Amino acid sequence: MEAVLARPVYRRRSLASRLVRGLLTGVAVLCAALLLLLPLLVVFAEGLAHGWAVFVAAITDPDARTAVKLTLLVAAIAVPANMLFGLAAAWLMTHFEFRGKSLLGALIDLPFAVSPVVAGLVYVLTYGVHGWFGGWLDAHGLRVIFAVPGVVLATVFVAFPFVARELIPLMQSRGSEEEVAARTLGAGGWQIFFRVTLPRIRWALLYGVLLCSARSMGEFGAVSVVSGHLPGLTNTLPLQVDQVYNGGSGDAVASAFALASLLALLTLVTLVIKRLVEWRHGGELARAAARH
Amino acid sequence: MRNRALPGFGLSLGVTLAWLGGIVLLPLAALAWKSASLGPATWWAQVSTRRVLHALSLSFGGALAAAVIDMLLGLLLAWVLVRHRFPLRRLCDALVDLPFALPTAVAGIALTALYAPEGWIGRWLQPLGVQVAYTRLGVLLAMVFVGLPFVVRTLQPVLESLEREPEEAALTLGAGPWQRFRRVLLPMLAPTLLTGFALALARAVGEYGSVIYISGNLPMRTEIVPLLIVQKLDSGGDTGPAAVLGAVMLAASLLVLLAVNALQRWNRRWTEAG
Repeated sequence: MEAVLARPVYRRRSLASRLVRGLLTGVAVLCAALLLLLPLLVVFAEGLAHGWAVFVAAITDPDARTAVKLTLLVAAIAVPANMLFGLAAAWLMTHFEFRGKSLLGALIDLPFAVSPVVAGLVYVLTYGVHGWFGGWLDAHGLRVIFAVPGVVLATVFVAFPFVARELIPLMQSRGSEEEVAARTLGAGGWQIFFRVTLPRIRWALLYGVLLCSARSMGEFGAVSVVSGHLPGLTNTLPLQVDQVYNGGSGDAVASAFALASLLALLTLVTLVIKRLVEWRHGGELARAAARH
Repeated sequence: MRNRALPGFGLSLGVTLAWLGGIVLLPLAALAWKSASLGPATWWAQVSTRRVLHALSLSFGGALAAAVIDMLLGLLLAWVLVRHRFPLRRLCDALVDLPFALPTAVAGIALTALYAPEGWIGRWLQPLGVQVAYTRLGVLLAMVFVGLPFVVRTLQPVLESLEREPEEAALTLGAGPWQRFRRVLLPMLAPTLLTGFALALARAVGEYGSVIYISGNLPMRTEIVPLLIVQKLDSGGDTGPAAVLGAVMLAASLLVLLAVNALQRWNRRWTEAG
């Protein structure tokens, strides 16, 4: 009797809850489309707004090509450097106990919390004309600020924690037993690293390197402070976008968006690879490891 | 006490400390030293101008408001992505990473193109009397954009691993959906929500590239602190004024970082106790 009475009540509630679910989903999808998808689409649309000729002229401009080359050069230095650091930091943080370990962990994350402009500023204060080493560098005819080395340093700073942050939680959750076992079987340090550790962390390493390179090639604020904005010399691609955008000529905005669409394309490639790694090797990533 | 069974302590410690010291600590020390050498009078003179006060209130006020909006919107998105099944769910999930991956300058000019009076969205808002580009609303929008993924990505794994028992218990005790959400879920999610809020706040306060195009940079109206730092550096000569503002921003970041650490510790204790 009770069950018969309860049924229609249950059904009515489930209809209402389905309506609420549909509404919530609709609002969420609408927000995602308006706030996230449109900014990506508008880049390509505006880039092509003045036709193919303007688009092609913008991306084949000599200053634009130098900017692409510099962006790749900077990433080619910053990414391997931060990868080596990330591996060393992860090895240190997960296989050993020592005093000040938690402080060290917090310091590794620090660059993520610092404003990009402040990241650029600290390098100006260190290596700029009035900075700590400015006088010494000047006397030796060296330039860091308003030159390529400054751009590289600022990029290394902002992309600093990506690899370490991906590796540390994963290696922590896996423990050191296998490495210790390899050690007792007589393996050397490098042998343990290449034969035991690396195969287990390779997807997480790729994931961290991917995020690190996306950030290295896309960084704007920090690089903007230290580069000096010299077209054809110290402009990376994001800086070139900025300069062309503010250029003021009739095709300036369309040309800036044409250059920006190269960066947007890079973003899409990054997101697709990231998804693929998460999908195929999700179990070997830190995010998944943290859940168990 | 360290694990002597494994080699490489000295090498990894050396590499880590050298890299951390050279890339992060030395330059930050230069900022601390420069701003500390400037005496209270210079500090006060720099910070108390109306233009700087305006920028400070916009940067911090705007970032707080943006982080609150991110928390609400992020909770909705994370909830829908984890608990609901619908077409294009994977695409929506992938889109959440966009503000992380899209270079900030590109995001900045894209948002400006969308919300300018003649833009895709701006032209619909114009007749309603709402102007987003070149107003403080535009600054807020850009800050919401960059902070959103922090909340969604912090919440998602927690929502996925959340046990259903408390909710089911509440359901059998006759709690409605709103009551289950308000009394059961929200308390369980509170530490994670606050962590996401703090991360979004830290990002929004320091954001530069996404904001400076849509804001229009009108003095006393839509200037943010990072922009003032860049302007003070570009005007050449003394780096003192920029260092003062940089120190204020750095101190704010450190405070937020400390808050995040404390929240995570609280969260861990919470989940272990529960």
